[in-house]
Amino acid sequence: MKKSLFILLVITVSFYSCSKTEEPIPTPEPTPQQPGQPTPAPLLIPQIFSQNILAPFIPSNNPQTIEGVALGRKLFFDPILSGDGTQACADCHSPEFSFTDSNQFSTGITMQQGNRNSMAVFNVAWNWNGKFFWDGRANSLEAQALGPVVNPIEMNNTWPNAVASLQADPNYPSLFNTAFGTSTIDSNLVAMAIAQFERTLISANSRFDQFLLGQIALTPQELNGFNLFMDENGGDCFHCHGGANNPLWTDNDFHNNGLDATFTDNGRGIVTGNPADNGKFKSPSLRNLAYTAPYMHDGRFATLDEVLDHYSIGLVNSPTIDPLMKFVGQGGVQLTPSEKADLKAFLLSLTDNDFITNPAFQDPNP
Amino acid sequence: MNRFLNKKLNIIYNPQLLPNFMRLTKYQYNMKSNRLIAVTTVVFLMGTLFTSCSKDEGCTDPAANNFDVEALKDDGSCIYDKEHEEEHEEAHITFNFTHHFDGIPVTASNFNQFNFVTANGDTISISKLRYLISDMRLYTTGGDSVMMNGHQLVDLTNGTGLSYAAGESDLGSFAGIGFNFGFDTTDNAGNYLDLNSANWNWPMMIGGGYHNMQFEGKYKLNGVDSTFAYHNGTANFMGIFEQNHISVKLPGIALNQHNVVVNIEMNIAEWFRNPNVWNLDTYHSNLMMNGGVQKMMQANGYNVFSLGSISQRK
Repeated sequence: MKKSLFILLVITVSFYSCSKTEEPIPTPEPTPQQPGQPTPAPLLIPQIFSQNILAPFIPSNNPQTIEGVALGRKLFFDPILSGDGTQACADCHSPEFSFTDSNQFSTGITMQQGNRNSMAVFNVAWNWNGKFFWDGRANSLEAQALGPVVNPIEMNNTWPNAVASLQADPNYPSLFNTAFGTSTIDSNLVAMAIAQFERTLISANSRFDQFLLGQIALTPQELNGFNLFMDENGGDCFHCHGGANNPLWTDNDFHNNGLDATFTDNGRGIVTGNPADNGKFKSPSLRNLAYTAPYMHDGRFATLDEVLDHYSIGLVNSPTIDPLMKFVGQGGVQLTPSEKADLKAFLLSLTDNDFITNPAFQDPNP
Repeated sequence: MNRFLNKKLNIIYNPQLLPNFMRLTKYQYNMKSNRLIAVTTVVFLMGTLFTSCSKDEGCTDPAANNFDVEALKDDGSCIYDKEHEEEHEEAHITFNFTHHFDGIPVTASNFNQFNFVTANGDTISISKLRYLISDMRLYTTGGDSVMMNGHQLVDLTNGTGLSYAAGESDLGSFAGIGFNFGFDTTDNAGNYLDLNSANWNWPMMIGGGYHNMQFEGKYKLNGVDSTFAYHNGTANFMGIFEQNHISVKLPGIALNQHNVVVNIEMNIAEWFRNPNVWNLDTYHSNLMMNGGVQKMMQANGYNVFSLGSISQRK
């Protein structure tokens, strides 16, 4: 009887709860990967970034893909984009120099030189303001990549000519097809592929990164240098160059850091047309300084010692001097020789040797 | 009743009515105990119950008259009584941060111009102004408060963060608007990716956490331009750190429409006036390490904010 009642209960519950008409829940058919669709390749975000700063910026119309990155890498190292087929992006942005070169000014295919130092390329997906070049005149990484190809003192090509060369190449049309679904090449697709490759150039494995992750200890000299870096009464570097919580080591903003009393290059002011921006240039990242000499927008300082001397005793006043450049009347923050040595030791702890040798960042062309 | 039950069970137990995998042979049927039969039944019925009774749409709001406990997805069918609707009418509140120097409006467009004279008689220009607001709240007449979400980095330099969608509040009268200028001690110990990304950190050696404000520009010193960097954050007294945020209390507000915009005004001149008349020639740079100067900034900061105009619309 007890058993019967239990079974009745089960039946009752079963029928009572099923009073609504049932319709089978449709199971969506798995969407097969369409042939020719590129394979998504999201950036692998280092722990030191994910725990401290915002996600990288990837434009929605240019997602990272395996095929796009591979194509961008091939293009970056291929002189085919230059006017006479002799110069690639990588000639002035070489992995061995943290994607810059060792010259004060780079020489273009017509043997001309500009007035700006080649910029190192890494962690560019975390430049949230989207402004590229020393003066920030490009409003996206894609827009930046379009520039040097047609700059007369750089690769000195025209886009129609560069595109024609790529279109006539036996390999490129099919590579564009796998990356972007069309074998009809245009300058935008070239820039998009190069930008995809550049966004993979992530540097986040310096000794200081390892220290912050608790993996290694720093030397007392390096630690003292870091304290000077963070000390407003010391070097006061952090206001423009980040710190332990901003592992980019730049604010990606524009400052006049007291180089000249009058400007031969107005920098950011050329772009904005605002005289208050004259003499301002983008703060470069301090990562990989061991590889990126010479320094400043015009490459005027050959060594880190010269840079530290500049901030210590070399500051020059001018109408747009940044208020963060203190003691400009006395030439700067007056660091002692031992303080400069400590600061330099710390700065060199931001060197990421793995970034330089990363096989994924080398020339893929035979 | 028993007869009826037995009949029903017989139907259920008829192997021909069971799916193949549950059918017993005649031998098995005869040999198995009642217990086995009961267990089989329960398994079958429970299976039926769980596979066939997934209910999908209905009203999912527990506050509605026709709340359906089984509905998984709301189909918009919820019905409320009038009282409920009135009770839950909400205002979307936006705070706009506006700035002036004793009545002269200040925006990035009049940065870098020597337009302003401080209480000390210094003529200044502004090149950067950004500051942190947190714990925005509405005080109820009972003394409680309604917290709004998050924090906001107001950056006049770049024109970002000047408008802050604070969220919703029930309509009604509130006794005051409150917020913190900077973070309080608890919030200042947090890790904020947006603020780290904005280079907003305050060095560990002077208390860590985040800046309250970065205010920079120039002043005229004997006719010559000189720079100031009026940065505010935790006060450092020889390694002893003292919180230095400002708890701002502004007058009350009656929320009677669905969209409310509240202007919070900063009079920049107050940073130089009361109670500490600011001598920029003495205090222009390297102020972060100096706890005493940091507390002077805090004292002046209590007079900086005021409630501006309020606009409400349906």
